[in-house]
Amino acid sequence: MTRVAASGRSFLGHSYNLVGIVASLVILVWMLIAIFAPTIIPHSIGDIVDDDYFGPMRQGLWLGSDYLGRDMLSRVLMGARYTVGISLAAVAIACFSGVMLGMTAAVIGGWVDTCLSRFLDAMNSIPSKLFGLVVVAAVGSSIPALILTLAVIYIPGAYRFARALAVNINTMDFMTVARVRGESTAYLIGSEILPNIIRPVLADFGLRFVFIVLLLSGLSFLGLGLQPPLADWGALVRENIGGLPFAAPAVIIPSLAIASLTISVNLLIDNLPQKIRDRDA
Amino acid sequence: MTSGVLNLVLKRLAIAVVTLMIVLFAVFFATSMLPGDTASILLGQAATPEAVAGLREAMHLNDPAILRFLRWLFGLLHGDLGTSYANEMPVAALIGGRFVNTMELAGITTLLSVPLALTLGITAAMLRGSLYDRTVTVLSIGVISVPEFMVATLAVLLFAVYLKWLPALSSVNEAHTLTDLVRIYAMPVITLTFVISAQMIRMTRAAVIETLSTPYVEMALLKGASRSRMVLKHALPNALGPIVNAVALSLSYLVGGVIIVETIFNYPGIAKLMVDAVATRDLPLIQSCAMIFCLGYLLLITVADIIAIMSNPRIR
Repeated sequence: MTRVAASGRSFLGHSYNLVGIVASLVILVWMLIAIFAPTIIPHSIGDIVDDDYFGPMRQGLWLGSDYLGRDMLSRVLMGARYTVGISLAAVAIACFSGVMLGMTAAVIGGWVDTCLSRFLDAMNSIPSKLFGLVVVAAVGSSIPALILTLAVIYIPGAYRFARALAVNINTMDFMTVARVRGESTAYLIGSEILPNIIRPVLADFGLRFVFIVLLLSGLSFLGLGLQPPLADWGALVRENIGGLPFAAPAVIIPSLAIASLTISVNLLIDNLPQKIRDRDA
Repeated sequence: MTSGVLNLVLKRLAIAVVTLMIVLFAVFFATSMLPGDTASILLGQAATPEAVAGLREAMHLNDPAILRFLRWLFGLLHGDLGTSYANEMPVAALIGGRFVNTMELAGITTLLSVPLALTLGITAAMLRGSLYDRTVTVLSIGVISVPEFMVATLAVLLFAVYLKWLPALSSVNEAHTLTDLVRIYAMPVITLTFVISAQMIRMTRAAVIETLSTPYVEMALLKGASRSRMVLKHALPNALGPIVNAVALSLSYLVGGVIIVETIFNYPGIAKLMVDAVATRDLPLIQSCAMIFCLGYLLLITVADIIAIMSNPRIR
């Protein structure tokens, strides 16, 4: 649903273009920051370095200070670590489980397929934010719990997408041939189906990553995500929301960080070299 | 309506009912896992073990989960939503007024966003590739790619901080005059309208563009129909099904939207009630709120599916 409706004049299909390159650079930079944050932050994230709260941007405090007078630049850089790390872990689990289940269901078929599809479709019709709210309230907001919750919420979507693709491949002649050869289900999934659906699945991975970043930020914003003293980007917006009436950079910058990451991933997917199946189709 | 369509619709409704049961089950068991013992939370730290045990007995907390679930379900069927743990009030009474508030918010947003989104989506599709189209497309992608709270904070910055038209965070209790009312609803409605419209614009635009590329529209063009006649008389009637489907689907995004918007603007609706209930571990309240949201969401996506079935001439 987050695909850019490429406006007719197809820049899709050309191998490299400016938008795609810029988008991948932004993503790369955030990844690097997520990895190296502890070594590049100018101040410790807990240190109060400003006499004033919600300080403006100035030399030394390049992004101003937060509601306690802490350095905002350091907090945003460290926030990248939590937002990107948790989302990546969650999307990896969600896509791996969803795609595996989807391919298995398509290959085995029959009542396994029917039951699994019915059940996961039902899970899919719980609004994701509501689901997150209830589950996080139940199992807590530790980092592993958050990762698992986010993963579980997005497994049904990944399953549905992979199953739809795998069902198409399943009707091909080479699948019949492989079955006649007596190949195992594991072989059919890993060597016949997966290589044929891997590209759209990777695009779906990117989209799901965006959904997870948005949901995690939303939960943290509600105070149900990462708990203080840890702070991801959503939590940074929440704790600095008091600076909104003065348009403090502390409340705007974390939002911009989220937007730069999610918009870049969306743009990158839309500008991928291969023309990839529309997931709405 | 032929029996084929009727069958498909009935099948879809049956699926919705089964889904609802699974959802109710999931909500009940997720809330049963909430940490902490409700009885000891209610009585406070000074409570004696005997008092806690007594309260547990009185609240049927010792019964197996499945029994409590069936009892809860049975109560639901009789319109009994249970009693709030936190303040001993019937859940129905707590939810009643809040529900009206949330429906007002959702209703006003729908009234604003549907015409707005349809106009923008259809005109963007008509002027496809123009600067106008690209602006609308880029803006709607932008809104979809960012969290709802960012749309809300940007709206506050724009309308309250820079333009100073509206108060940043308003409280509903002080509504006496019409101007007060407008001020209270303005920010939440503006934010929600942005979020919902972005989805709707994209889907509407895609639906109209698909219809515009069909042979009969090309025929209309070839026989010399004007561009607006071509769209309004030939394309739109055929795109109506997909568009209504898009509207229903987009409205289901209201469910996620209100949770954020009611919290950020301190709006007294069910979503705010539910977020508060999660904080106080008020099980009956969480269950009822979650159920209302799931019901609304399920209703909208089922309606969207049924419209998609009915509007498909190949099935009809």
